[in-house]
Amino acid sequence: MALLRLKGITKSFGAIHALNGVDIEIHPGEIVGLMGDNGAGKSTLVKIIAGNFPPTTGEIVLSDETVHFNQPLDARAKGIEIVYQDLALCDNLTAAENLFLGREIRKGIWPFRVMNYDAMFKKAGELFEELQSETRPRDIVRRMSGGQRQAVAIARTRLSRAKLVLMDEPTAAISVRQVEQVLALIRRLKQQGISVVLISHRMPDVFAVSDRVIVMRRGAKVADKEIKHTTPEEVTGLITGAIRAA
Amino acid sequence: MPPEKAEAANVSIQDVVGIQQTTFIQRLFASQPFWITMALFAIIAFMSFYEPAYATERNFYNITRNFAFIGIMAMGMLAVIITGGIDLSVGSIMGFVSIVAGVILEAHYPWWVALPAGMLAGAALGAINGYIIAYIGLPPFVVTLGMLAAGRSFAQILSGNRMITDFGPDKAVVLEIGGGQILGIANPVWVLILLTFIFGFVFNYTSWGRRLFAIGGNEQAAQLTGVPVKRMKFQVYVLSACMAALSSILILGWQGSAINALGIGYELRVIASTVIGGADLMGGAGTAYGAFIGAALIEVIRNGLLMAGVDANWQGAFVGLFIVLAVYLERIRGRSRA
Repeated sequence: MALLRLKGITKSFGAIHALNGVDIEIHPGEIVGLMGDNGAGKSTLVKIIAGNFPPTTGEIVLSDETVHFNQPLDARAKGIEIVYQDLALCDNLTAAENLFLGREIRKGIWPFRVMNYDAMFKKAGELFEELQSETRPRDIVRRMSGGQRQAVAIARTRLSRAKLVLMDEPTAAISVRQVEQVLALIRRLKQQGISVVLISHRMPDVFAVSDRVIVMRRGAKVADKEIKHTTPEEVTGLITGAIRAA
Repeated sequence: MPPEKAEAANVSIQDVVGIQQTTFIQRLFASQPFWITMALFAIIAFMSFYEPAYATERNFYNITRNFAFIGIMAMGMLAVIITGGIDLSVGSIMGFVSIVAGVILEAHYPWWVALPAGMLAGAALGAINGYIIAYIGLPPFVVTLGMLAAGRSFAQILSGNRMITDFGPDKAVVLEIGGGQILGIANPVWVLILLTFIFGFVFNYTSWGRRLFAIGGNEQAAQLTGVPVKRMKFQVYVLSACMAALSSILILGWQGSAINALGIGYELRVIASTVIGGADLMGGAGTAYGAFIGAALIEVIRNGLLMAGVDANWQGAFVGLFIVLAVYLERIRGRSRA
């Protein structure tokens, strides 16, 4: 049974057709690489799944239930989390504070409800350990490496017990050395039974972690292949249009 | 990279959670309020030695009472500044509040009507600021600059440009609230001390307080994680106005008169207090204790120059010097830490 099924998704912005009838299935615990050139429709597709805006036509089915998202919080309530490219972190706060921002653990009775730092540091420590990241809960995000920041953003999705995590170019802005760390984090999510949609321009990263790759071109899906049945050369050809479809 | 770094992934939760990134002493030396406190004591020590009339109970009473009014406003201002905003209208709100309370007292209403009415009037102006900034989305600098002009104008209109000294039958109560003392310390100082603890607590231990820092750090991130950014921005401008109103009501009792010129130029001293105390005008940083000590330092400098017989016109130059110096020192230390 598919976790997420998109049926005939189209999206128009005025006269521009960003998506022309896309069908996609994501299975539980599966890592799907979503590739395509700039303007191919990847971001539009991801934003529709994440609830940033609704599709013009088409249906989103999540665990056999048709869903309609009006805002990102709706998608999150259904277990869909997105890790934004800029990570949406506050540089001036600690890792734990960022992790719990908007859903802090508190103790006491109103109006004397205060932050339960002990519980948050402990829970954050557990999540970072689970992700086998060396990120420390008390560190200020400003002083963290790109890989550690990714860990904070990814740990956030663990906090909400997400079923599907959408990752927008997680390896684009970090050093080569840290890419392996982030890929390890993505594999860890899969081990927890979470599905991941990985939007990336980086061919080696997609081939390193994905089970399947979906290629978009000009608002349409042109390929949907098991990673073991394709090659970087073929995917490159599909992205550029040298190969029409596969 | 040391070898233990590579094994860090295998350490237990206890190790990870227990690590204090810096020792208490390191953090103390890295904090701007600590150095400002040192500077404050250095100035007091120097002045006490240099000028016998300086270290008297009377003078300390005056100094503390004088900076209490600024310090109280600085607490509300700090909340605004932490979110990355600014409130230029606090001085004008102060003037307006004193006139509202004064006019009502003059009409022989009791103090418990006049003073809350003044607070409410201040909060209303803050709500106008907050609504335009948070929900219409105009820049705080522009909106509160507008209120700086409008608030003063309201005060002049309402007062008919005259001084109000007739506080009616409850005059004694009003004078006691703002001008009285408990255990040898002026009432406004007690209020400031209490507020410093309350604001310090709120900024550090409540989710509302921490979210202010999140908004100042990355507003979009705060929004995406579900923090009610607009509502909170609205709230901080109301809070800032309420602190200005409270300060105004206390000043009313101390001075025994309401004038529409009350608070002219105070916004700069209030903002300076927070900045000297380590607040970042770009948002995301600042402490209640810092605002307290910043307000104290400005008054100590002002009073010290006065006692030393320096021409009063030099005060601004020294305060200005300290503002720039404080921020410069913060910058140097920030660079060495990064």
